[in-house]
Amino acid sequence: MKKFEKLTSQVVPLPIENIDTDQIIPARFLKATTRDGFGDNLFRDWRFDSNNQPKVDFVMNDSTYSGKVLVAGKNFGCGSSREHAAWAIQDYGFDVVISSFFADIFKGNALNNGVLPIQVTDEFLEFIFETVLKNPTTQIVVDLEEQSVTIEGRTESFEINPYKKSCLINGYDDIDFILNQKEQILTFEASR
Amino acid sequence: MAKTLVEKIWDAHVVKSEEGFPDILYIDTHLIHEVTSPQAFDGLRKRGIPVFRPQQTVATADHNVPTLDQHLPIKEELSRYQVDMLTKNCAEFGINLYGLGHPYQGIVHVIGPELGITLPGKTMVCGDSHTSTHGAFGAIAFGIGTSQVEQVFATQCLLLQKPKTMKIEVNGTLGKGVGAKDIILYIIAKISAAGGTGYFIEYAGSAIESLSMEARMTICNMSIEMGARGGLIAPDQITFDYVEGREFAPKGEEWDKSLAYWKTLYSDADAVFDQVLTFDAADIAPMITYGTNPGMGMGIAEQIPATAAQPESEQPSYQKALTYMGFQDNAGILGKPVDYVFIGSCTNSRIEDLREVAAFVKGKQKAPEVEVWIVPGSKQVEAQAKEEQLDKIFEEAGFQLREPGCSACLGMNEDKIPAGKYCVSTSNRNFEGRQGPNARTLLVSPLTAAAAAVTGKISDVRELL
Repeated sequence: MKKFEKLTSQVVPLPIENIDTDQIIPARFLKATTRDGFGDNLFRDWRFDSNNQPKVDFVMNDSTYSGKVLVAGKNFGCGSSREHAAWAIQDYGFDVVISSFFADIFKGNALNNGVLPIQVTDEFLEFIFETVLKNPTTQIVVDLEEQSVTIEGRTESFEINPYKKSCLINGYDDIDFILNQKEQILTFEASR
Repeated sequence: MAKTLVEKIWDAHVVKSEEGFPDILYIDTHLIHEVTSPQAFDGLRKRGIPVFRPQQTVATADHNVPTLDQHLPIKEELSRYQVDMLTKNCAEFGINLYGLGHPYQGIVHVIGPELGITLPGKTMVCGDSHTSTHGAFGAIAFGIGTSQVEQVFATQCLLLQKPKTMKIEVNGTLGKGVGAKDIILYIIAKISAAGGTGYFIEYAGSAIESLSMEARMTICNMSIEMGARGGLIAPDQITFDYVEGREFAPKGEEWDKSLAYWKTLYSDADAVFDQVLTFDAADIAPMITYGTNPGMGMGIAEQIPATAAQPESEQPSYQKALTYMGFQDNAGILGKPVDYVFIGSCTNSRIEDLREVAAFVKGKQKAPEVEVWIVPGSKQVEAQAKEEQLDKIFEEAGFQLREPGCSACLGMNEDKIPAGKYCVSTSNRNFEGRQGPNARTLLVSPLTAAAAAVTGKISDVRELL
């Protein structure tokens, strides 16, 4: 996993609530057996029509908006546990997703792939949407070390499990950590 | 100290608990399927490590398999490759596979219970969010991502934060034509598609205790649709009777020992839950969803809530959902013509579901303009249905009984609902495009689905019983 560093970027706003993982990556694209290439089909049915032509009114087809930070309405990533959703978001080029609420499994999947899910208050989320819709080139600053997000002079801090934070900053994953605990796992098994 | 059921099972599986770190939780049983496992197997190869406890892992092919002509090679190339890859991976890593053609093949959450793999007190995971189904037996069971599948392969453990606990009590007696699916759709409509996020839910109360194991599985199955990681029900005599004698259930002395332990699996009377909700079974009508998340549900005779009645910030998303469905504010839903009826999925494809549908349609015909698919949850369910001659009833009614798989629940295989068409479905998700691009899904119970099949429109099953 690559190390997560402080980033400054423009924002792609998606002010829709309850975005489920079937929207992020529809099931018909889950037939691949590797982790690569899912970005092409990120939000497939919102991005393209049935003739595979880009839908002009969708934000990702609007060159005004770009960047490594996706900002979406509350309960982002609900539904299926497919990690392909996190892979698609990462493969497309997003390093951060900001919302006022995340579904559990998506949040875990994102963290396990070095994509940072940041939960902000409803009010701050609204402020980001307003700011970016007014001026699409506004930059947002995400500082994981400080656990803060800053846009247009306003800063909000966010929470993250300290273990997960160190994983992201150092580029470690859970398997590296847990493989070092093999002795204890064997002891546990023997005790049952 | 008094403990909830979740805490009892969790604490019995903690390998290590350290301040500032997630718990290391031991996983008894790992279920896998073709879609969310290949990248995890690849990860093992890259690290050069084996599956740590292959005998605690069970595989089947379900998400991506055709439901017609399963004896022939899979036509669709990518699907065939993915299913073949599972066979190859299982052989390489020593995992028991119930693949296509095996008499135990079926939807992963249907075969676990019917084979006696699912047992009270276990920790169980699968790369599928509906793993919560197995909680019906008083197990901690939940869905995981592929990185976690790899973690369990490598160590038989997961790093996890202990979840919060919620108790949902449903008391009283269900009305005529109202079943487990209606209970869970009602709860989700009450607390929203995000209302359970961060929690493990224990379902309790007299209405839950009176349910069969199949019905309890339907309830626990949809816990994820309110955001909960899992749901469970304390095991009781109904549970023990269901488990006893199944293929992999404990036998003889092992059975007695297990049973004694299982009888300790309940929330202590003074255990503290982070949240408690109580509902009255008598308030629940046959339910139907009208929107694009499972929280957008209502009693079938009600009117679609108005956009203006939603919180202001949620109005655009709500309006988007109604537009997608082709519905208007305040409109009734009864009498709306239906194009497809899908009876299947890990929510409602067990033998009891098929029996209930067969009892209702016996001697009736489907409406001519409706296409009806019944997809049994497993080869064993299919065989049982045939033994009971339910297949004859379905055939006479014009219903198509297919072969087992996830099918039109997620439309990964050929079983897709065409754009713009309405599908009354016993599955678990009504998301945009879930059953095929631009398909419109209405979630209901098997009985309400059967009523729609026979009348060709959305109907109140209470008037037809």
